[in-house]
Amino acid sequence: MTPRRSRGRRLVLVAAAFLAVALAGCSEELKNNKQNSLQPKGPAAEKINNLFVPVTAIAIFIGIAILVAVVVLAIRFRYRPGKNENPKQIHGNTKLEIGWTILPALILAVIAVPTVSTIFDLAKDPGPQALNVVVEGKQWWWQFSYPDQKVVTADELVIPAGRPVKVHLTACNGTGAAKVCNVIHSFWVPELNGKKDVVPGHDNWTTIEADNPGTYLGQCAEYCGLSHANMRFRVIAKSKDDFAQWVSDQQQGPAVPLLGPDGKPAGDAQDLVVNTFACTNCHILDDSSKAAYGPNLTHLASRSTFASGTYPLTRDNLIKWVMNAPSMIPMESQGCRLPPGEKPCVGMPSFTENTPKGLPSMTRTQAEQIADYLLELK
Amino acid sequence: MTTVTRSLPKTSTPAVPLRRPKATTGFWSWFTTVDHKKIGIMYGAAALFFFVVAGVEALLIRLQLAGPNGTVLTASQYNTMFTMHGTTMVFFVGMPMAVAFGNYFVPLQIGARDVAFPRINAFGFWVIAAGGIFMYSSFLLGGAPNGGWFGYTPLTSTPIAGGALPGHGPDFWAVGLVMLGIGSTTSAINFIVTILNMRAPGMTLMRMPVFTWMMLIVAFLTVFAIPPLTAALIMVFFDRNFDTLFFVAAKGGDPLLYQHLFWIFGHPEVYILILPGMGIVSEVLPVFSRKPLFGYSVVIFSGIAIGFLGWGVWAHHMFATGLGPVTITAFGLATMLIAIPTGVKIFNWLGTVYGGAVKLTTAMLFSLGFVAMFTLGGLSGVMHSVVPADTQQTDTYFVVAHFHYVLFGGLVFAIFSGFYFWWPKIFGHFLDERLGKINFWVMLVGFNVTFFPMHILGLTGMPRRTYRYPAGYGWTGLNQIVSVGGFLVALATLIFVVNVIFSAVKRKPAGGDPWDGRSLEWSIPSPPPSYNFAQTPIVMARDDWWHHKYTEDAEGRLVALPTGGSDDDSPSAAIAKVNAHASEADGRGIHLPSPSFYPLLVAAGLPFLGYAAVYQDIYYLIPGLFLLLFGIYAWGLEPGTEEH
Repeated sequence: MTPRRSRGRRLVLVAAAFLAVALAGCSEELKNNKQNSLQPKGPAAEKINNLFVPVTAIAIFIGIAILVAVVVLAIRFRYRPGKNENPKQIHGNTKLEIGWTILPALILAVIAVPTVSTIFDLAKDPGPQALNVVVEGKQWWWQFSYPDQKVVTADELVIPAGRPVKVHLTACNGTGAAKVCNVIHSFWVPELNGKKDVVPGHDNWTTIEADNPGTYLGQCAEYCGLSHANMRFRVIAKSKDDFAQWVSDQQQGPAVPLLGPDGKPAGDAQDLVVNTFACTNCHILDDSSKAAYGPNLTHLASRSTFASGTYPLTRDNLIKWVMNAPSMIPMESQGCRLPPGEKPCVGMPSFTENTPKGLPSMTRTQAEQIADYLLELK
Repeated sequence: MTTVTRSLPKTSTPAVPLRRPKATTGFWSWFTTVDHKKIGIMYGAAALFFFVVAGVEALLIRLQLAGPNGTVLTASQYNTMFTMHGTTMVFFVGMPMAVAFGNYFVPLQIGARDVAFPRINAFGFWVIAAGGIFMYSSFLLGGAPNGGWFGYTPLTSTPIAGGALPGHGPDFWAVGLVMLGIGSTTSAINFIVTILNMRAPGMTLMRMPVFTWMMLIVAFLTVFAIPPLTAALIMVFFDRNFDTLFFVAAKGGDPLLYQHLFWIFGHPEVYILILPGMGIVSEVLPVFSRKPLFGYSVVIFSGIAIGFLGWGVWAHHMFATGLGPVTITAFGLATMLIAIPTGVKIFNWLGTVYGGAVKLTTAMLFSLGFVAMFTLGGLSGVMHSVVPADTQQTDTYFVVAHFHYVLFGGLVFAIFSGFYFWWPKIFGHFLDERLGKINFWVMLVGFNVTFFPMHILGLTGMPRRTYRYPAGYGWTGLNQIVSVGGFLVALATLIFVVNVIFSAVKRKPAGGDPWDGRSLEWSIPSPPPSYNFAQTPIVMARDDWWHHKYTEDAEGRLVALPTGGSDDDSPSAAIAKVNAHASEADGRGIHLPSPSFYPLLVAAGLPFLGYAAVYQDIYYLIPGLFLLLFGIYAWGLEPGTEEH
């Protein structure tokens, strides 16, 4: 009996050690994880956390109490032949029933009061001092536009630290017969606030505010099709002055012109972009105030990441992307080089694979030319 | 008083197109049976099969997520896997498994010989089987469902560029679930009519076993919950195929309409899944504590309260959709309220064990496991009613952890408890207890290793339904632990399957009443004769069978009556004695519903109609309509019971 038990104990010890190592390994990473709702970095997330922590403590306490009760009762009242096989038949107890109806009700009432006040607190409009940003959810990237500053960008939402930002969430663009809506997405930056869904036809909004400059990661939290997992973004909070500088940089025209004064492409790379591969069907490269089907690239090189913040903006990554984007992020884009309506088209097509008849395939040299041009668009 | 003997006028037997099947044993009898017990076994076998299928899907998901940027599955395959895992577990495992136990034991527990509508009962099963085959055939026909188990619109509904899912996946999903709704509704109506009308004399509602009570509540929930789902699914199908605009925001439709309809079904559905589990546990705990259920009427009424409140909490699945602070406050508070009757049940179960003589059989272990694990799931549920906190947790792995604690730690543990508890009654032999206990402990550990770390994953920012995650977020280690746990759960399931086979070979015989049971199903031989009760029992008390064996002394202590309850000469005891020793031969004079081909034929028509809808092809319509119309016509002409 003894050796068997000690072997069991050793197994438990090994398992515990394994768990401890694994947990220690990820706890360091969890601390640097900038998508962690347990590390609030702004007022809204802090309010939520202040509610979450005590409620969780109560839940853990009750959970442990019930677990212990189950184990203790099962052992304490175990069947012992000849001793307790004919227990007293208790059919119920009205006082106890009333007691354990009222007790949870009281606990819930205690939880309900701060819950309701926080709901209404978080629903308050941030007021006129807030920065307005329109966030449009697309498959599978985010467009950020600043209506008052007339700036349109993607992948990285730049905000001033210490100032509330009212985020208007939309899934539609255009008006009247030209109105087009996307599917439902959900805007979530865990360190700044909880989620708010982007619902077609509904004018949802939320407030985010970062206490300090820094980078905060966000991700779409409503399943939106094939590449839902890749629909990420980052919020970059800058100091007041840096933010003002950023806005004025964004408002400039492109660092390298797309078209010359004669309305024709201003160089070989631009010719590839405009004519050979028709990138301009979906992207705008020379006007940061306008939105298009794909991300606005006028100041692409001012960002540190691309493709919904999935890849760092390096020359190698960009070359690979320009040639064959669906190999880096799955997209329903096989029909995107065809005339509209022939096949479902969501995302950016590959320019090297499945090339439709009559259209050119992209060579690596051409991709390098395009990437070098894009990297100049600071 | 005069006794009126009513004799029906002799009519000539109408011409029935097919010769009526006669066999009640053998392989082919399973296709024509209308015996509630056989149908119950088929429900259970089908549900267990789909449990394994959905389990394999879960394992593929866990393989994919065992490391960052997994490449086991493509994004599209992964999306199919989590969609079908959820859909299968909810509709092809959870619901049919509850119906399996209900079908088998509700008539036995109320002292009836069968359900009210035996052929409708068979039809319900065949529809669900046909629905499962139909939906899974989409894997072979290109494009399995991939819109998630709650299939939010417009992702599932608008097959235009810039929108939704290509292929026929959501069509198969919508049509398959409509089919399933037909099956669930017929079986629910059958339960309601059976329970309200076919109880043995003396079996008042407040003497009914808790499991039967919970099945009654579940049946009512099902009847009212399926219509909004069906409406929503038909709208999805019409938006996809006939250019209606129910959910097209650009043209004035509203995607949130779908969410309201789905969750008006979806939240009661949660209780449709868990209440039968609560019923099973309420049967098992008293038997193995040798004490009556603590606060019987409170347990019943809190079940009813949960059933009612379940209709008022659907929008708690939608706290992030922007319903406005007043609405979400109302739904948050309603969600908190539902914790009260749930808590009351947990305390009553603990009260049942308290002061008892606890035999830790496998069935009892699973029931105790249910109480503990379900409590944890309930507590994380209360955390969701704290709306601001929920906006951080919804659509993350925290929610995945929560509902698996409720549906796996709750429902699946209860189902396994039911297996070990009722197996001897159904098959006449025990499941092996030693393997059973290994099964329990591996499953308990595996379950917690799988689902507990998911709480942390969710809180630290990992959204659900993502086919890959990057390294460096602290999610890798936790996901590896989760994946190991997933395979432990699979191992536990394998041990169960081994146990089933091993026990069938060993055949350790169980008498009629192997656990010293309390309710009527233990008063008859195992397996029960086809007619259940040789004479309809007369019920004198709650836990009637128990009271034929035991009484209480002045202090409330249990006193065993002499074998056979000889100090009790009531007609009730005499009938019980007859029933306990009845054999198949005694049933010769009893008219039972006769087997029939038609439930299967009518149900077989539905998948063809489904293919006709999905492919909009008239050639599928012809066999579908033929089977359906011919089956219903012939069914209508066929008498319920063939004269001997």
